[in-house]
Amino acid sequence: MVEIFGIPSTALFGQLLIGLINGSFYALLSLGLAVIFGMLNIINFSHGAQYMMGAFAAYLILQYSGLGYWPALIIAPIIVGITGIIIERLFLQWLYKLDHLYGLLLTFGLALIFEGVARNYFGSAGLPYTVPESLRGGQNLGFMFLPNYRAWVIAASLLVCFGTWFVIERTRLGAYLRAATENPTLVRAFGINVPRMITLTYGFGVALAAFAGVMAAPVYNVSPQMGAELIIVVFAVVVIGGMGSILGAIVTGFGLGVIEGLTKVFFPEASNTVIFVIMAIVLLVRPAGLFGRRA
Amino acid sequence: MRKTLGLAALAVALACGGANAQQVTVKVGVLSDMSSLYSDIGGAGSAAAAKLAIADFAKANPNVKVELISGDHQNKPDIGSQLANQWYDVDKVDLIIDTPNSGVALAVSQITATKNKVFIVSGAAASDLTGPKCSANTIHWTYDTWMLANGTGKALVKTGGDTWFFLTADYAFGHALERDTMAAVEKNGGKVLGKVRHPLNTNDFSSFLLQAQSSKAKIIGLANAGGDTINAIKAGAEFGIVKGGQKFAGLLVFASDVNALGLQTAQGLTLTETWYWDMNDANRAWTKRWQAERGAAGKFPTMVQAGVYSGLTHYLKAVAALKSAADGKAVVAEMKTLPTDDALFGKGSIRADGRKVHPAYLLEVKAPSESKYPGDFYNVRATIPADEAFRPLKEGNCPLVSG
Repeated sequence: MVEIFGIPSTALFGQLLIGLINGSFYALLSLGLAVIFGMLNIINFSHGAQYMMGAFAAYLILQYSGLGYWPALIIAPIIVGITGIIIERLFLQWLYKLDHLYGLLLTFGLALIFEGVARNYFGSAGLPYTVPESLRGGQNLGFMFLPNYRAWVIAASLLVCFGTWFVIERTRLGAYLRAATENPTLVRAFGINVPRMITLTYGFGVALAAFAGVMAAPVYNVSPQMGAELIIVVFAVVVIGGMGSILGAIVTGFGLGVIEGLTKVFFPEASNTVIFVIMAIVLLVRPAGLFGRRA
Repeated sequence: MRKTLGLAALAVALACGGANAQQVTVKVGVLSDMSSLYSDIGGAGSAAAAKLAIADFAKANPNVKVELISGDHQNKPDIGSQLANQWYDVDKVDLIIDTPNSGVALAVSQITATKNKVFIVSGAAASDLTGPKCSANTIHWTYDTWMLANGTGKALVKTGGDTWFFLTADYAFGHALERDTMAAVEKNGGKVLGKVRHPLNTNDFSSFLLQAQSSKAKIIGLANAGGDTINAIKAGAEFGIVKGGQKFAGLLVFASDVNALGLQTAQGLTLTETWYWDMNDANRAWTKRWQAERGAAGKFPTMVQAGVYSGLTHYLKAVAALKSAADGKAVVAEMKTLPTDDALFGKGSIRADGRKVHPAYLLEVKAPSESKYPGDFYNVRATIPADEAFRPLKEGNCPLVSG
């Protein structure tokens, strides 16, 4: 068997693939953050809590209406997205002209409230949620056993990431959006309802977080603190990719997943830290991030 | 007439005064994690268990008046210490009970000794509490790391699980659990093929599981807790670890974790506990009362919460016998003299090092098809007798024993 750095190559392929799967969660979450920051200039610190809300919504939908994973994948993001729209209308819309710090503090406070409420009603241990029947089992790839659900996670994540990138960078709607961030007054003069567009964008970003939450429910512990644990890493991903850069968020999300996966083989103790080390290096060399537009 | 009334009033006053002189007042503080990681293991459920213990005790002993307060240590030793100091000095608390999180428990144990009060640990795991760090004011009630390691480790090796791979949380608790379990495995003729130390709060375990899978070990020992254990088992089910013939050994798994996993995912998991709600009628009856008190019909008490009930009951018995709670050391000495006996843990005793001993149970999580009602989690595989369940007295290096 061929060995690379003392690790059998087959094992290494397995680890690379697993890194890619974790990367798809990072990509999905950092994508939502990038969309919100790029279009609204809000650092959405409640993103982790909204990811958690997505997973909880999936659980509640199953409990109270008996609808399983597939309907939840559509319904939960819509519900959580609507709560995002309400938050934008009630609070965020007053903050656009102020410093970034205000939006950050507000959303951080909201995250604490959401997590506190969830803990109060559901406890801290977590809630059960299983892999849908149709995606149980897996494929033997020769070098590893790939669960069907994980394959689906990569496919769905790639699809959603590419779709979002395409809409924002390559369609007329996306062009309006980008123009509205640059110069809202001018875009309004063309008869476009800019505030509504911004509201819907925030709703969409939040829905992306909830979508990732539903995707995570069958494989990770569904608990009130699930988002808080992930969000710091995701912020590091966004900073490395460049704040507000959609493509940057996607590429670094997948890339860092792979790097983290490899760290888990060679030096497992450092696997939670490696992303922050990379962040520090990137900030030293390219303060605007790898794909940042503003230097 | 007036004179008679006056006399009568005096007599009543005297009688009451007499009764007051007999009456003992005790103040109990449940110090727990009320808002975070361990709040389902102890938390409000422990406070509810304490309330039940007090209500039961008051029926037989109306002359002992018990007050109850509770507080949140937020898993921070500094906050726990500050609360303990305030409770002992300002609020005149006589007993602190529960306290999951070994770091906080070790700090509170020290404070309790300097203030000469009583500390009953139900929630924390570190066996150091009755080892090098033992105290004449502290009793370790429900379980500890040695018992978990020995119970699960030994039983699995004896039933054929003789090769192990560890997934260990990379901090003091995980290392201790790994060390104790490795010792138990090797002592019984098993072999440890490898281990991975993962950071605390790891989200994705699939990478570590691949390593465990390729080690071909029969048993994957999870020397971690809470969310980490749940994430590892969830990923394990997905990657077909159990179907592939390997087995998980949860070295610290609570009923609340099994509930969070769901039986579909957790089935076949082997673990050790000292109390299970569905073991006998007394436990089931108590569970119903606990659920009513807690206001949570769908929740099931953990061994930690049951331990709070049992420990507090025994403490109150000792106080009633002494007719005073003032001298903590004397109360603990009395608790060690009196045999323990309550509805949940049955008959038992407390050793010189402060270790409460009772049987432990090796449990296996049921398959969904075997589970007949909510909370029907385990098959009892074996009972480990009280004298084998805990670390032998002389191996603990507790100064109270040698001196």
